[in-house]
Amino acid sequence: MKAVCYMGVHNMKVETVPDPIILNPRDAIVKITSTCICGSDLHLYNGYIPTMEQGDIIGHEFMGEVVEVGSGVKPDKLKVGDRVVVPFTIACGNCFFCKRELWSCCNNSNPNYWVAEEMMGTSPSGLFGYTHMLGGYAGGQAQYARVPFADVGPLKVPDGIPDDKLVFLSDIYPTGYFGAISADIEQGDTVAVWGCGPVAQFSIRSAFTLGAERVIAIDRFDYRLRMAKDAGAETVNYEEVDDVVQTLKDMTGNIGPDRCIDAVGMEAHDHGVMYMMDRAKQMARIETDRPTVLRQAIQACRKGGTVSVPGVYSGFVDKIPMGAFMNKGLTMKTGQTHMMRYMKPLLEKIESGEIDPSFVISHRVPIDQAPQMYKTFRDKKDNCTKVVLDPWADGSMAA
Amino acid sequence: MRPHLTVIPKRKVVPIIMDETPRNYSRNAGRGRRRSMSPQNWGALIGGGALAVYGISRRSPLGVALAAGGGTLALVGATRKSSPEASSTWTSLLVNTTPQEAYRFWRGFENLPRFMNRLQSVTVLDDHRSRWTAIGPMGHPIQWNAEITDERENEYIAWRSLPGSDVQVNGRVEFKEAPAERGTLITARLEFGTPAGMSSALTKFFKKGAKFAIRQDMRRLEALMETGEIPTTEGQSHGRRDVVTGILRVADPNRPILRGSGFKDALAAKRRIA
Repeated sequence: MKAVCYMGVHNMKVETVPDPIILNPRDAIVKITSTCICGSDLHLYNGYIPTMEQGDIIGHEFMGEVVEVGSGVKPDKLKVGDRVVVPFTIACGNCFFCKRELWSCCNNSNPNYWVAEEMMGTSPSGLFGYTHMLGGYAGGQAQYARVPFADVGPLKVPDGIPDDKLVFLSDIYPTGYFGAISADIEQGDTVAVWGCGPVAQFSIRSAFTLGAERVIAIDRFDYRLRMAKDAGAETVNYEEVDDVVQTLKDMTGNIGPDRCIDAVGMEAHDHGVMYMMDRAKQMARIETDRPTVLRQAIQACRKGGTVSVPGVYSGFVDKIPMGAFMNKGLTMKTGQTHMMRYMKPLLEKIESGEIDPSFVISHRVPIDQAPQMYKTFRDKKDNCTKVVLDPWADGSMAA
Repeated sequence: MRPHLTVIPKRKVVPIIMDETPRNYSRNAGRGRRRSMSPQNWGALIGGGALAVYGISRRSPLGVALAAGGGTLALVGATRKSSPEASSTWTSLLVNTTPQEAYRFWRGFENLPRFMNRLQSVTVLDDHRSRWTAIGPMGHPIQWNAEITDERENEYIAWRSLPGSDVQVNGRVEFKEAPAERGTLITARLEFGTPAGMSSALTKFFKKGAKFAIRQDMRRLEALMETGEIPTTEGQSHGRRDVVTGILRVADPNRPILRGSGFKDALAAKRRIA
């Protein structure tokens, strides 16, 4: 089968590899019909997350049809022929954490848990195609994927709704929603969202449905800010203002946004000395992540407010204003999305027509063009917001 | 008599590296009974620890290799001693099961090799005695007989290797119900000694990474009891690996080196090993 493989920093290749096979009784094999490039895949592409190895198949946003199930999967849970969306987190369904619906903290799904423990103390769940530290599972930017614990994760979806509307249930739609849920939004709140990428777009829309009065979206690309404006958000282009924190205070009667959502994560951009220092430190591997947004969010947030972090951080950061965080009585909530909590309710929203998540798609290409699309997506060329790959289209002629 | 000392080749370093773990053990080093170390040991420990930290901070496969090498060096520094003596290790784990089930599972000693990677088999001889076979350095089997010394149903089991065995392993496992339906707290302790005359390679095999090994084994037990299987990526597809990655796959601390494990296989393009 064809699969997008990580072959080194800034080097993705479409390779021909053996089709996946069932390795454990509760596995299933899914024939993938749609798969996407996620913003978090760019962290891998840029080489900022440790423990990627040459030859790893990447990708964690995919859906398709079940073509094989292991002996341990009961037919009432999943059977051959089912159309499924596969969540990016892998959960066993029966550990301390799964029992408490902390699905992304599953204790059993990461076979390389000890590598993660070295960095994080304890290990979160395994993820598809996202470093050996987080499981080393082959990912879903391929024609087939092996899905472990297939009787827990995959969400059965009805025929008749196109892939484009459903595929984002695998990660970004629930992740954006979770970002808004974690912000503890109350009626009348002002919510600031850093970043206007696909996850942020869903956070912005979810914030309004959860009762926010105003949403302020911060980014530097006009085409992304326009998309936020379409949802009713006010926008700030941080390249056009001197000081994001002061601007937010000016816009909110000097008290600051009640809830702040960092939908950017470890590769934030900014200007100024602090930013240049972070870049230098990241390059020298003194820090793994650039916490520009986290700093701004903590300083801007209204006293007693909430900072929610759906953006991905991988390791260690410098100069978090802990004094501000403590003295202002802030709350921070974060985590990989507990997918299985939200997939079903959000599917209902899609079925009822309340939302059509396909608005974020900017590119649909055959899988063969994935390597070029990584570059386009990273450089934000061609108004790139979200790339959906077709694993089966013949892309050798195009591009 | 044969002149042993002149014929037996010097012990190689490689097999020991294979049995170890690419972790930085320096934080545990020097604690407990070992209070004094020679300057060389400290040198190896600090140098190895630094190398491991540096290695882990690198994102490349080379970095991981450095970490592996560094961890090894730190471990050698921490454990090198002139005379062998008993060591012990322990860990505990919260498992979503009942003490009854956990006890029953463990009491069937044949089950142990399902989650203890270094055990090849356990054959139950009678109600109290069993024969254990472990995978030793470079895949050589080590065998011993064990007997249950004390037990209380659904609460604890204690066992020891019978006198005269190649190795001395005493074990104790306790099962305790955790509050508020949190499951069962399983606490396992292992003591292992090395009778005089045992080769130093064998001694090292049992001492090195004992904590790491017991924790890994217990995590596999948790997975097995909670999900009915042990998560794995072994055998999944991948693209072309480079040489360093291939070597790292072979030197996986989770997998004891078996006789016949081939570097060539691991390096071969598109082999079904993750």
